[in-house]
Amino acid sequence: MDYISSILPALLAGTKMTLSIFCLTLVGAIPLGMLLSVGLMHRETAGESAVKKWFFRILKGLIEAYDWLFRGTPLLLQLIFVFYGLPLIGIVFDRFNAAAFAFILNYAAYFAEIFRGGFGAVAEGQFEAATVLNLTRWQTLRFIVIPQVLKIVLPSMGNEVINLVKDSSLVYVIGLGDLLRAGNIATARDVTLVPLALVGVIYLLMTLVLTFAQKKIEKSFDYYK
Amino acid sequence: MLELKNINKRFNDQVVLKDVSVTIEDQKTLAIVGPSGAGKTTLLRIIAGLTAADSGTFIWNGQATTPAQLRKDGVIGVVFQGFELFPNLTVLKNITLAPMLQGQSEADAKDRALELLADLDLADQADAYPFSLSGGQKQRVAIARALALNPQILLYDEPTSALDPNLRQSVANLVNSVKDQGTTQVVVTHDMDFAQSVADTTYTVTK
Repeated sequence: MDYISSILPALLAGTKMTLSIFCLTLVGAIPLGMLLSVGLMHRETAGESAVKKWFFRILKGLIEAYDWLFRGTPLLLQLIFVFYGLPLIGIVFDRFNAAAFAFILNYAAYFAEIFRGGFGAVAEGQFEAATVLNLTRWQTLRFIVIPQVLKIVLPSMGNEVINLVKDSSLVYVIGLGDLLRAGNIATARDVTLVPLALVGVIYLLMTLVLTFAQKKIEKSFDYYK
Repeated sequence: MLELKNINKRFNDQVVLKDVSVTIEDQKTLAIVGPSGAGKTTLLRIIAGLTAADSGTFIWNGQATTPAQLRKDGVIGVVFQGFELFPNLTVLKNITLAPMLQGQSEADAKDRALELLADLDLADQADAYPFSLSGGQKQRVAIARALALNPQILLYDEPTSALDPNLRQSVANLVNSVKDQGTTQVVVTHDMDFAQSVADTTYTVTK
């Protein structure tokens, strides 16, 4: 027991880092992912100007390339490139910002795909009904489409969010001290698995809270089908 | 009066509408009939501005116009075959959303919606969500939603096809009562009996 209380402060400090990366990534990646998915789902409408058409085509191509890059390479590699690679072209982040930047870009790519699936699952007729009611594109998204998309994507978002808690352990590669690293250090120093067992318990507690929150949020969308 | 002249539409190599000319007269009900796949719904979608015609002219009360312009001016309302109510909004909100976004006060929009719901025998469903309504009720909400914007022309796509056959007469009564209130209507249907029970004039689309 004494041993546990002696290593707990280090583990909690690591937990704080894990949660910081987690929260920042969600706050940055969810809106960015949604924005990217809106670009991916842009529909050409009758009577749209050629400039607008091409603007959105190019935009869509760029977003697809971004998606490919960030979903097609390991997050670990992206962390290394952001922290050690970008300084070569003059972009320097401190460790924490580099981690947050890489995580936000990586998760936004996944969220964009999830939201794209969600947008695709909203019936075409809903967009048409909004069009004939003279709703603007933004009003259609805000009042009709996004509320429906959120309900559709909640289960897959929940999965990604739980993955994010665990993925945050990758920040060790650029020298940040997260929960897993704190446990590893204690285990190596004291030659016991107790710290890592505790790390496992803390991860489980975090995902328990998230699973509970996910169920609550899903239930709050149960008022319609 | 809305006149469509020489409307042409093809999808890839398939000619769907060829030189269609039809006049939609004020405060009358026009039925667009024809076999499945003849292009009835395409014609309705062109009038609604949801599908662009390849060529043709539109004349609204003597002035050349476009379906997109008519829609912007609030001339056209549409009742879709699948109704397309917004599942995330209550019946009342389905009806008040567009008028409120177009500047009506919440109180005015709500009064008008409740009045429409009462007319359509749905007063007790104002706070219900669409999933809990029957097909016939959904259709009436869709009609109320379209009427709340006071369109001059109301378009219906196959209003009887998603409903129980024994509701056909009640849909006909409904369409006729909307006409009696002065709304011009266009009804696309493959159901000739239904067309006869609502139409002042009939336009047949052939394959």
